[in-house]
Amino acid sequence: MGMTMSQKILAAHAGLDEVKAGQLIEAKLDMVLGNDVTSPVAVNVFEDCGADSVFDTNKIAMVMDHFTPNKDIKSAQHCLQVRSFAGKYGIKNYFDVGEMGIEHALLPEKGLVGPGSLVIGADSHTCTYGALGAFSTGVGSTDMAAGMISGKAWFKVPSAIKFVLTGKPAPWVSGKDIILHIIGEIGVDGALYKSMEFTGDGIGYLSIDDRLCIANMAIEAGAKNGIFPVDDITREYCNGRFQGSPVEYTADDDAEYDEVYTIDLSSLRPTVAFPHLPENTKTIDEVGEIKIDQVVIGSCTNGRLSDLRIAANVLKDKKIAKGVRCIILPGTQQIWLDAMHEGLFDVFVNAGAVVSTPTCGPCLGGHMGILAQGERAVSTTNRNFVGRMGHVDSEVYLASPAVAAASAITGYITDPAKV
Amino acid sequence: MDSVKGRVHKYGDNVDTDVIIPARYLNTASHKELAAHCMEDIDKDFVNNVKEGDVMVAKKNFGCGSSREHAPIAIKASGISCVIASTFARIFYRNAINIGLPIMECDEAAHDIKDGDEVSVDFNTGIITNETTGKTYKAEPFPEFIQNIIAKGGLINYIK
Repeated sequence: MGMTMSQKILAAHAGLDEVKAGQLIEAKLDMVLGNDVTSPVAVNVFEDCGADSVFDTNKIAMVMDHFTPNKDIKSAQHCLQVRSFAGKYGIKNYFDVGEMGIEHALLPEKGLVGPGSLVIGADSHTCTYGALGAFSTGVGSTDMAAGMISGKAWFKVPSAIKFVLTGKPAPWVSGKDIILHIIGEIGVDGALYKSMEFTGDGIGYLSIDDRLCIANMAIEAGAKNGIFPVDDITREYCNGRFQGSPVEYTADDDAEYDEVYTIDLSSLRPTVAFPHLPENTKTIDEVGEIKIDQVVIGSCTNGRLSDLRIAANVLKDKKIAKGVRCIILPGTQQIWLDAMHEGLFDVFVNAGAVVSTPTCGPCLGGHMGILAQGERAVSTTNRNFVGRMGHVDSEVYLASPAVAAASAITGYITDPAKV
Repeated sequence: MDSVKGRVHKYGDNVDTDVIIPARYLNTASHKELAAHCMEDIDKDFVNNVKEGDVMVAKKNFGCGSSREHAPIAIKASGISCVIASTFARIFYRNAINIGLPIMECDEAAHDIKDGDEVSVDFNTGIITNETTGKTYKAEPFPEFIQNIIAKGGLINYIK
């Protein structure tokens, strides 16, 4: 029996010729990641174990991105604890304010993850790096600590669902619309414990940023990982950037899949997920009149340069509706600089938006844009659970940067083709 | 620890880690502080009603969303002795074992058992008994090494 792409990466890192779905394996890790929320718990576990060194100072990344620049004293204490740990153990890839970005925008940009990598991260959106042909998955802080100590983790080899993407997306349809459509089809536990493997001629029309966005939200369907095959678009992105040695894996022709979905990208419309689950999707044509109070454009899902360009393209020479707050969060320092040099910030500020430093901030209701009781936001983030962006009685509608920007102009959830 | 018995706190599908422990409280790693806000956005009375040894029961995809280990920590520190669900989200499942929070997957029990019922769970046999109705259910017990991890209070105590 053949192996899926995910299974091949796991087998190679476990030193095995072959693995099967359901098999328990121990595999060597290429990168272990944590942030300012999950790393303190991992550091406590590390110290509780009596460990006195890490397995590899180059293969651990700690990114202070959730509550930074620190929003309160407790958050500052957490960052202090992680900063001290990183200094004590010589963690090379420690990123603090001034160097940091949103972790899943930062690690690909810095070339810390790439084709064939096996990555665990104490953040559920670690699955993002599958866009580059890596196997990467979210874990908790205890697994992060064990990974930092041993350089290994145990895995139950996942089975997979194959998504054959065909055709070219229409204008205003992006990676975000594709993944929201898929989650709407299969549900928030539709890929529970499984790999989501994307393939088909349609992926040739998807930029790296689109793919990162799609793989990022695999977890919102319950998946263990999401993964794309490596092609020229991946190679062009990783060449001269990826610090490791890329290894390209391809699924065997006779690999077994639990299910196969074929999705015609040309038939998709801009898609919005209504509260309070990412599976509650409607096309932009079905949303009706939804008045909004806030727009958030950013996050590990949609805070990349192409996302900001799309938003600026919609907002150029327009004004944000009275009564709407539009908050834009570039994903990394480099994205921030590039956006500034391209003049995108002029567009945003002239339209009446604010531009933040990189942070996860409002996505998880941390800071930089918390909702009051009864308020609604259109957000390019990844979750719209109860209370996710603030008050327990507030609402988050998930959408693409184009829909978010168009909605900021009208004050209602709006089709970008109509502004 | 071979079995537990307690009163049920019942929830529905897709209980996410944001409602188990909202991110606004993730600026602490203190188990006690986390427990003080457990389930706050879905059941604000939970922390007042929960008693040591109580059992949490929910339907499918329990613990979906964020990888925050603070979620099983908050549940365990609140006094819950076991979580029974139709299915668990995978990161929560792994985290629960790693921090020593007993969990059981059993769809039939998850659907039948009601809020306030008295339930006992035998971890060796996987038998769940609704003491209120007398009905029993069979879940798949964990293999011995996983049971040992949970009994020791988590992976770290297990390997120490």
